[in-house]
Amino acid sequence: MRHERHNLVVIGGGPAGLAAAVAAREAGCSDILLIERDRILGGILNQCIHDGFGLHAFKEALSGPEYADRFIQKLRALNIPVMEKTIVLNLSKDKVMRISHEGEIKEIEAKAVVLAMGCRERTRGAISIPGHRPAGVYTAGTVQNLVNLENIMPGKTVCILGSGDIGLIMARRLTLEGAKVEAVFEVLPYSSGLQRNIRQCLDDYGIPLCLSTTVIDINGPNGRLEGVTVAQVDEKRRPISGTERNVPCDTLLLSVGLIPENELSREAEVSIDMITQGAVVDDSCMTNIPGIFACGNVLHVHDLVDFVSMEATKAGTSAAKYVAGRDGASDCIQVKPGRGVRYVVPQKITHGKNVSIAFRVAAPSCESVIQIKRGTEIIKEEKYSRLHPAEMVWVDLGDLDMSNTDDLEVSVK
Amino acid sequence: MNKFYDVIIIGGGIIGNAIARELSRFQLKTAVLEKEPDVGMETSCRNSGVLHSGINYKAGTLRAKLAVRGNAMMDQLCSDLKVKIKRIGKLTVALDNDEMSGIDRLMAQGKENGVPGLRVLNNAEMQEIQPGVDGIAAIWSPSSAIISPYGLTIALAENACTNSVEFFLNTNVTSIEKTDDNKFIITTSDKNIYKTTVLINSAGLGSGKISGMLGVTKSNSGESLKIWPCRGEYYVLDKRLEGSLKTLIYPVPGAKDAGLGIHLTPTVDGNILIGPSANYILEEMPEDYKVTSSVLEDLRREGQKLLPDIKMSDFIRNFAGNRPKRTPPEVGGNGDFIIEEADGVKGFINIVGIESPGLTSAPAIAEMICKMVSEKMPLDEKENFVSQRPGFAGHFCDLPPEEQEILIKEAPDYGEIICRCEKITKKEIRDAIENNLGARSLVSIKYRARSGMGRCQGGFCTPRIVRILRDEYGYKPEDYMLREAKSNLFFGNVRESE
Repeated sequence: MRHERHNLVVIGGGPAGLAAAVAAREAGCSDILLIERDRILGGILNQCIHDGFGLHAFKEALSGPEYADRFIQKLRALNIPVMEKTIVLNLSKDKVMRISHEGEIKEIEAKAVVLAMGCRERTRGAISIPGHRPAGVYTAGTVQNLVNLENIMPGKTVCILGSGDIGLIMARRLTLEGAKVEAVFEVLPYSSGLQRNIRQCLDDYGIPLCLSTTVIDINGPNGRLEGVTVAQVDEKRRPISGTERNVPCDTLLLSVGLIPENELSREAEVSIDMITQGAVVDDSCMTNIPGIFACGNVLHVHDLVDFVSMEATKAGTSAAKYVAGRDGASDCIQVKPGRGVRYVVPQKITHGKNVSIAFRVAAPSCESVIQIKRGTEIIKEEKYSRLHPAEMVWVDLGDLDMSNTDDLEVSVK
Repeated sequence: MNKFYDVIIIGGGIIGNAIARELSRFQLKTAVLEKEPDVGMETSCRNSGVLHSGINYKAGTLRAKLAVRGNAMMDQLCSDLKVKIKRIGKLTVALDNDEMSGIDRLMAQGKENGVPGLRVLNNAEMQEIQPGVDGIAAIWSPSSAIISPYGLTIALAENACTNSVEFFLNTNVTSIEKTDDNKFIITTSDKNIYKTTVLINSAGLGSGKISGMLGVTKSNSGESLKIWPCRGEYYVLDKRLEGSLKTLIYPVPGAKDAGLGIHLTPTVDGNILIGPSANYILEEMPEDYKVTSSVLEDLRREGQKLLPDIKMSDFIRNFAGNRPKRTPPEVGGNGDFIIEEADGVKGFINIVGIESPGLTSAPAIAEMICKMVSEKMPLDEKENFVSQRPGFAGHFCDLPPEEQEILIKEAPDYGEIICRCEKITKKEIRDAIENNLGARSLVSIKYRARSGMGRCQGGFCTPRIVRILRDEYGYKPEDYMLREAKSNLFFGNVRESE
């Protein structure tokens, strides 16, 4: 087996991997290899032909492929080598990986690794919807791929379970392509997608969003889906008897959550946060394994690609510093979610330079205050007119005094 | 269209295919009629995938005899057909003194049935096999094994096909007539006529109905041939938990239980199954594979009790399979297999009520049927019988790196991974698509290649397989089926292509 060595290997050529590789090169790292499993770079952005990407990063509304192209152009200009159609078969904590590339299995050893594998969609099996198992039940992202990249129409009369952003985008997309989207059902009492997507993808097309409602049965005894039974749910998400109704449809799209793809990370003994299902990282995006960094949706599921790029830029820069032996980590400050906060990334701070934290609140609220405490001292308070679990919050903390190792706690007041 | 055969087998499940493969050693014209678009789509692919040792069946029954014999034949069969088998053994556990009488009973029964290697273990000995296992004693049956049930079913059929057995898929038998010259005329829903000297009914859930077409509603000893479908639901757990279960662990069964109780079963491919439940369903819908929220809830609870480490995210899929039982709900338990030439209908061999241990017994049933056929017509061995399937057992990703490298050099498609969760290569997908039975649905590819069986459940590989089928096999959107005849996946193109 051939054995190669590289300073930095970036696993994944989606928005996170692209930005990380570019940033690492710009921070002076030579000998970078970007590994992508698909035929082309860009990751999931390639199937996102709608616009709205880059509003923060470029102050422009780009399509997914256009957004990816901005980074691909930079990558090309910086001559960063890319290995497409390549799968990383395994990864050890010593940063040695086996890859399968165009008919060859190779071993690659890296000084640093950036994990940027993205996430996958939660499936029907994972949420245990009872009923038949007919054709016509798809995850929203799979349908997005089929419609936008493969020119295939998966159905005519569509129900959508889950108000995640991909489901909302596909409600509009399928409507524009002539399908009838009956409704979007959401088990929670609030939507799981961005407010702008509810407006632009459902409201503008008259597609109802049924909150506190879920699919409790799938009917399709003859091969293809014929309808779903939906019911309202109580506050514990249990179906309320008497509220059941049948909705005839030939297609059910599931947009019920995304799961970071951390199988390789687990093999490398990277510690995983139970809530984010991504790695536990410090403020340089480094995991518990020295030299292994994580960013983008493999670290925690984002709602805007702009922030993926921002996070990945930090990971790439940090990886370059690590390779150069200029890591500069010091004592560790733990960052903890307090009242009303579901999770915070990073989970610890070891550098304290230009720190920004990302978090999600546990429930929607209006006119609330985000409070960040260090020990007992309040170091930041920010007022928000609207906080929503579907919308990640970013707060810049600037430089932190690392001689004080009291915990940081983020809470909603 | 008229087709003449020496032997026709109705039903391409594990039993029909094992018989077909066994008969394909001889110079016979044999056909299998299967109503689904692929073999093994019903009970054969919807079970725990366990090869039983034979301790659970009453001495002297066909179930006891055929399970012990079938189990002993499996190593050779799996080695010939390149089917993965793991002899992981089984602990039948007594939790308290009350259950010890069950242990004694099963031990005596197992010995009488000729089950090899049985021992009673105390808790310390049990711990050596499965750390953490509860119970005061257990029977250790080392011949218990796990296997891919669809893997074996398909391998038998494809090898039989290689050896000139004709498989007619999508071929539903609608009537059977006996002629004056002792032949059978079979009519199918597509209006084809098949004629045969020996007719074998291995139609599983439909076996009672097929037998009824010839007016045979009772066995030679007067027992009813009615089938009572009894559903078992399962959960499939993520491979993350692979290795936490070293052996099969079953409770001591009660005499009236319809199944062997909800338990955990490791699969040969590294998942764990929770199940099966046992619930009788409507007789007129024996192939209703609905899963139900109440049973799923029970399975989750039981599973978490048996394996506390299970997280919600570990439940990756659920499914149901239906047992073709001969005992009605009010009786419970199990009836014995019926395998006999029907009195008064010469040449008609009935195989009815093959529930568990049907998978284990399959090769022994095939052997038995072959003997019965040999009493009807001379069986001359073929010179060119191909006993081995090409390739390797299991999947490319299971092979050691050195072997992978050699294979990739021969076939570069082994270097391209299509199903990322299970690490299934393009070569394996292509081999599955090109199966000699002509089964082309997404599920047919999945059962052969294992694509889509991982934690993303086909989210990643489905569009890729769709593309391979389009670019390399000329598929149009309307050609793609999920499983059965009307399970169309797509409704045309989004846009006219240039």
